[in-house]
Amino acid sequence: MESVYLALILMLSAFLGFELIAKVPSTLHTPLMSGANAISGITLIGAVLAAGSEHSGLGVWLGAGAVFFATINVVGGYVVTNRMLAMFKRKKSKDGQ
Amino acid sequence: MNQAIQWSYVLAALLFALGIKLLGSADTARRGNALSAVGMFLAVVITLFHHSIVDFRLIMVSVAVGSLVGGLAARRIAMTAMPEMVALFNGFGGIASLLVAWAEFTKHSSTSTVSTLAILFAVLIGGLTFTGSLVAFAKLSELKLGGIRLGKVIAFPGQKWFNAGLVLLCVGVVGMLLVSTGEVSSLFILLVGLSFLLGCSGVFPIGGADMPVVVALLNSCSGVAACATGIAIQNNILIVAGSLVGASGMILTRIMCRSMNRSLAHVLFSGFGGGLSSSSASTDGEVNPISAQDAYYVLEAARSVVVVPGYGLAVAQAQHTVKELATQLEALGCDVRYAIHPVAGRMPGHMNVLLAEADVPYDALAEMDDINPLLGGVDVCLVIGANDVVNPAAREDEGSPIYGMPIINVDNARNVIVCKRSMSTGFAGVQNPLFFKENTRMLFGDAKASLQELISEFKHA
Repeated sequence: MESVYLALILMLSAFLGFELIAKVPSTLHTPLMSGANAISGITLIGAVLAAGSEHSGLGVWLGAGAVFFATINVVGGYVVTNRMLAMFKRKKSKDGQ
Repeated sequence: MNQAIQWSYVLAALLFALGIKLLGSADTARRGNALSAVGMFLAVVITLFHHSIVDFRLIMVSVAVGSLVGGLAARRIAMTAMPEMVALFNGFGGIASLLVAWAEFTKHSSTSTVSTLAILFAVLIGGLTFTGSLVAFAKLSELKLGGIRLGKVIAFPGQKWFNAGLVLLCVGVVGMLLVSTGEVSSLFILLVGLSFLLGCSGVFPIGGADMPVVVALLNSCSGVAACATGIAIQNNILIVAGSLVGASGMILTRIMCRSMNRSLAHVLFSGFGGGLSSSSASTDGEVNPISAQDAYYVLEAARSVVVVPGYGLAVAQAQHTVKELATQLEALGCDVRYAIHPVAGRMPGHMNVLLAEADVPYDALAEMDDINPLLGGVDVCLVIGANDVVNPAAREDEGSPIYGMPIINVDNARNVIVCKRSMSTGFAGVQNPLFFKENTRMLFGDAKASLQELISEFKHA
């Protein structure tokens, strides 16, 4: 792939990121952050490619370590975000007017 | 198969973007999170079919152990400890990116400058995200335990110069690695070490009050590291997802800074929140303590109550008790709302999560800008474990270190009741003139215990 092409992707997705987040209410910042955090575990894909590669030796072990950490990031991130969001309920207070 | 993998990445990217978009509203947030999880699952599973993967044993073991650890931690963690957890997960993302970049470096033979640069950048950012997050984790959990040593500003004279020197050294090492043609593995290890050191020395001097900003920034860094790794291994989805997270983290960081009226540079380099003593704040007048019983009479007569929760509430685990009190008040026909400062708690939006855990309806949570104009008509503001975010010095006292920070103007309400352990200062280390105002009453004691006393007053009435 050409660097120019990569730069284009980079620029567009950064712009998209800015646009998507700018108007989120502060009420949701914690789940938003932990949800985004889980997405940053995407490096898991790179880790899997490194850990399963035919090059043996150091690189593979580094990859395996990366898979371990990235999986914690991904699984933990999604589960904890879901747990938080499950608690947000929109309802009228029962005893109020 | 390679074609299929690329197309699955396109789909995953779409799901991530859609997921983040849906996370922006309470009604759709859960679906958004699920969508982005599906995208991740899809991308990872399809990648396993990549022709270069020949051995699955290590992958399977690592994924199994990682899932177990991550899943258990995410299920067990208390909501009050959420900032620590997110900081830690951030750090793991960072170290993973570093390791992937390192692995790429070991098999790097024919080099283009761009990919080498990307590898080194991924190592640098990934490494500092890792140790920076660990330090943030330590600071946050130490605060929770009540011992405040680590949460304080930890700095030595010349720290800024030391950090500046570190950065220069990193740039130098990166430059040498780029031009050098011989054996460079020791230089590479040096860079890894430097990145670790930079993360530690960068976050150590930052005070507990600024942790929301630091966590948001590290979140952004973990995205940037993943993005750099993507450029290094020429993988589209890493670039897209990484820069999405990098950009969103940056936006959150900016929002946090704006909520504290500080620049990012000021947060990172000023060592704010440490030994600053309270000299300038006007503390004339007397502190008026109030008993739980008298507080009950004030609350019982109120038609509208706004609760302003702060970190003290989280520490005391009093969110359920607050909700119980609110239920009592509502039974008397009182309108109860919650005013939440954007940086209340130790992480942006943390307080909302805690209150949601206690079954407080989402509609009752008001943002600072919405509630401030209405506070003049409110009978009682009940401030629980919050200090700096309700400090009128931010509005009135130009000499105060927190001058200019947007606050919740509780002093405009007819009555203010402050639940607080003692007269000690908040994280910013400044005295709070609110406590000396005429319409303020101090209800001293542990937040939870005080609230429970109030509730029992209601029950016996």
